[in-house]
Amino acid sequence: MTEKLNRRAVVARILRDRGDAMAVTGLGNPSFDVMAAGDSPRNFYLWGAMGGAAMVGLGVARAQPTKSVLVITGDGEMLMGLGALATIAVDRPGNLSIIVLDNEFYAETGMQVTHTGRGVDLVGIASAAGFRGATMVRTMQELEGVAAQFYCAQGPTFTCIKISTEPNPAALPPRDGPYLRGRFREALMGTIAHQ
Amino acid sequence: MTINWPEHIFQELKSAQVKQVAYVPDAGHSQLIRMCETEASMHAVSLTTEEEGVAMLAGGWIGGQRGVLLMQSSGVGNCINMISMQHEYRIPLLTIVTMRGEWGEFNPQQVPMGKATQTVLEAAGVHVYRCDDAAQIQETVRAAVALAFNSSRVIAVLIGQRVVGTKNFLK
Repeated sequence: MTEKLNRRAVVARILRDRGDAMAVTGLGNPSFDVMAAGDSPRNFYLWGAMGGAAMVGLGVARAQPTKSVLVITGDGEMLMGLGALATIAVDRPGNLSIIVLDNEFYAETGMQVTHTGRGVDLVGIASAAGFRGATMVRTMQELEGVAAQFYCAQGPTFTCIKISTEPNPAALPPRDGPYLRGRFREALMGTIAHQ
Repeated sequence: MTINWPEHIFQELKSAQVKQVAYVPDAGHSQLIRMCETEASMHAVSLTTEEEGVAMLAGGWIGGQRGVLLMQSSGVGNCINMISMQHEYRIPLLTIVTMRGEWGEFNPQQVPMGKATQTVLEAAGVHVYRCDDAAQIQETVRAAVALAFNSSRVIAVLIGQRVVGTKNFLK
C-alpha cells in the first residue's frame, strides 16, 4: 500500500501550469491549499456556501468560456451538492474541471468520517451523471497523467484525488468578500469591473 | 385583455443583458423558461435544486455576466444559507419567484412555505418586491434589475398566485 498523497503537494502540482486559469475553492482546507500554492486574484476562495463550489465554477465557466476554470474542493463539500454533478454533466461546459480532494473525513469539524470513507464512490456518481473519463487518482504518477486535462477545454472533467489526513501549516486566504470578488473581476475585466 | 406578463419579464431581462438563466421548473414560469431557452443571448440551466442557482449566478457575476434565478416559492427555503455568499462578497442576485400556497391553493403542502416566503426572505436580508397585479410586473422587474445590479443587492420579485393562476389538479 503506497502512502496517501499530501494535499498541498497535489494542489501545488495542479496549479503549477495554471497560466490564466481561474480557481474556485471549496470552504476549509481546499481554500487553504490553494492559498498555500500561491495567492492570486484569479482565486475565488469560499469560506462558506457549502455544497456550492461546483456551481460557482459553472457560473464562472459559462461567463468566461475561453478560460479554464478549476473547482478545487473537498469530499464533504462535494457530497453536500451532489445534484450539481448532474446539472454540470447535462450543461457540459468544456472549460470546467471539478477536482475533489478526498481525505474521507470532515477534517474541520472533528474528523468525522464522510460517506466516501464508508464506500460512496464519487467517481462512479460523476460517471453515472455523464462526466466522461471521470478519474480516481491515488498517486502522483496518476496525477501527472491527468493534470493536463484541467487546461485543455475538453471537459467537463471530474477527478477525485485520495489524500492523507496529515496536518499542514496554516495558510489562510483573505476573508474580505468584496476584496476577493473585486480583484477576481478586475483580473478578468480590468477596472471597468468596478463601474 | 390578458396581460402577457412572462413576455414583459423576458423583455426586461433581455434589455438588462441578463445572460445566465438558472431555473427549477415551475408551471408559472413555463412560458418565460421556454423564451429564455430559445434566446441566443441567454444560457439557460436547469437545476436539481434552487440553491445551485444561487451559487451558479454568484460565479456568473464574478465572471462578468448577469443572471436571474427563476423558481417557485417552495424553492425559497432551499436558498437561504447559500445567499450568505451574495451578502458577504457583495454580489447581486435577482430572483423571480412564482407564488404557491396562497390564492386558491389546492395542495396543502404548498401552504407552509408559501406563507413563509416573504418573511423568510426578508429575515435573510433579501429585498422583496411583490406583484399581485399583472400590469405592475414589468415596471417591478425593471426596478428590481436596477436595484440588484446598481447596488449589488439581493432582490426577489414575488409574483402572487392570483396572477399566476391556481393549479388545477383535476383537469
